[in-house]
Amino acid sequence: MELEDIYTQIIIEQSNSKKNKRRLENPTIVLEGKNPSCGDEIKLELVIKDGVVADASFTGVGCAISQASTSLMIDLVKGKPIETAMELSDLFIRMIQRKTVNESELEPLEDAVALMNISNMPARVKCATMPWHTLTQALK
Amino acid sequence: MINKIINSSSLISDVSDLKENEYIKDFPLLNNMAEGKKRLVYLDNAATTQKPLSVINAVKEYYGHYNANPHRGAYGLSSKATQIYEDARECARRFINAKSSEEIIFTKGATEGFNMIASSFGEDFICSGDEILLSIAEHHSNLIPWQLVAKKKGAILKYMYTEPSGEITTKEITDKINERTKLVAITHVSNVLGLINPVEEIIRRAHKVGAVVVMDAAQSIPHIQVDVQKLNVDFMVFSGHKMLAPMGIGVLYGKKKLLDNMRPLLYGGGMVESVTEQDTVYAEAPYKFEGGTQNVEAAYGLMKAMEYIDDIGYDKIAAIEDKLTAYAIEKLEEIPYITIYVDRRQGKGTGVISFGIEGVHPHDVSTVLDAYGVAIRSGHHCAQPLMNHLGIHACCRISLYFYNSMKDIDCFIDAIKNVRRWLGLGA
Repeated sequence: MELEDIYTQIIIEQSNSKKNKRRLENPTIVLEGKNPSCGDEIKLELVIKDGVVADASFTGVGCAISQASTSLMIDLVKGKPIETAMELSDLFIRMIQRKTVNESELEPLEDAVALMNISNMPARVKCATMPWHTLTQALK
Repeated sequence: MINKIINSSSLISDVSDLKENEYIKDFPLLNNMAEGKKRLVYLDNAATTQKPLSVINAVKEYYGHYNANPHRGAYGLSSKATQIYEDARECARRFINAKSSEEIIFTKGATEGFNMIASSFGEDFICSGDEILLSIAEHHSNLIPWQLVAKKKGAILKYMYTEPSGEITTKEITDKINERTKLVAITHVSNVLGLINPVEEIIRRAHKVGAVVVMDAAQSIPHIQVDVQKLNVDFMVFSGHKMLAPMGIGVLYGKKKLLDNMRPLLYGGGMVESVTEQDTVYAEAPYKFEGGTQNVEAAYGLMKAMEYIDDIGYDKIAAIEDKLTAYAIEKLEEIPYITIYVDRRQGKGTGVISFGIEGVHPHDVSTVLDAYGVAIRSGHHCAQPLMNHLGIHACCRISLYFYNSMKDIDCFIDAIKNVRRWLGLGA
């Protein structure tokens, strides 16, 4: 595994980007996600309106992988119906677990496909999936 | 018998030149990796050390020549296995200078040792309102068992806090130890801070108020002499695998008069005097604490590990590690965006340096370093209360051993200088 395949341009940009890292004024759901062994901690804030993820943001600390993954996830699910967001979350987790490897099947994940290589790094899988597990939990 | 491994201690006659380290020759894994694409720079010795050939061969030798269930067979091979196991116990006794080999209990590691003390001593002798005193730098293994005892018995858990320099001051010790203190659980050396704690002073004060002291030697005994009689410590625990021995073996030392009054933790074979339909008479210590078939080959490996350390000598180990540590700190301090979390110049240490890189999560640091062939630890190091106390979520840690070299440190420093670039944070 080369570092170029892990810290890709899109992951670096997303992990350093602040656009989704903010507090929402009136979130309808706030849920914390943690990877206790690494020290990744995020607080996911969502505004659910008419069955749609109308707005989303996060705060917290973590590694580049977890931060980028959270930010990419927010970009992806914002404006989508809850069911679609849940399906995307499931698809992302299956991608990291290498249960779905077909490129066309992964297309709905858009830029989040950039994290696919993390599936080759057992030590970092949890960093990538934690925000998505948190999202699924929040939307249940 | 296997050939005696020729110890290479004579090869480093002068620690002033540690560019290369000849001890590495005794460690197959470090050499195996050296033949690959990248030389492994192993700087995670506080997690586990690599094993010398003498230890690896001991395990092989045991199964090739001596394997039988000790204490259970009335035949030659079983007697031989028993002999090896008891020789290892005597070796451990001598190594820590216990009064009697009856005070040496083999465990699967430090964690089992702490749990055994907490269950078999703590739960029976700690009462409601008693105080259990820990340091904030305890590893979870010497912390969680005491939380459980405190909850179960209605005892009060208190902490001695470290200074920003990493030290535990005399004031903190005298402030926290009082007539209600029943037990003090203290690490000799923290796995994050790497400083040698003033355990003599803590033990002395604890004994003045009649408290029992449990000492975690897992991070000290690989690096410094631990003499249980000189320290006058009541219980002491360590793991073999952090001091060259195989995994799955450790030692619990306890003063005989304490062990005699404690009940076993595991009940079953090998720990009884006699069993009737309704009752059991337990064996004496140490056997009553060693229920079930023990890890004999690892005990044999531990003996070889202790012999290896004896051959080098703690003085030389300390001389090498002090030099390497000072060099690593000097190099790290030259890098502006690095924070070292403890002032290592305050006291004598053991080759542990915990640090952070501005703007980069420790997990990313270890991933980048791994790509450069450098193995370091990142995370909370099983010391979350200490992380909270230090005001951080996680940190990076290098931990050196006598087989590391200046070259290892140079590789580490070169790799460190690349981390921020990989994370898109410039140079």
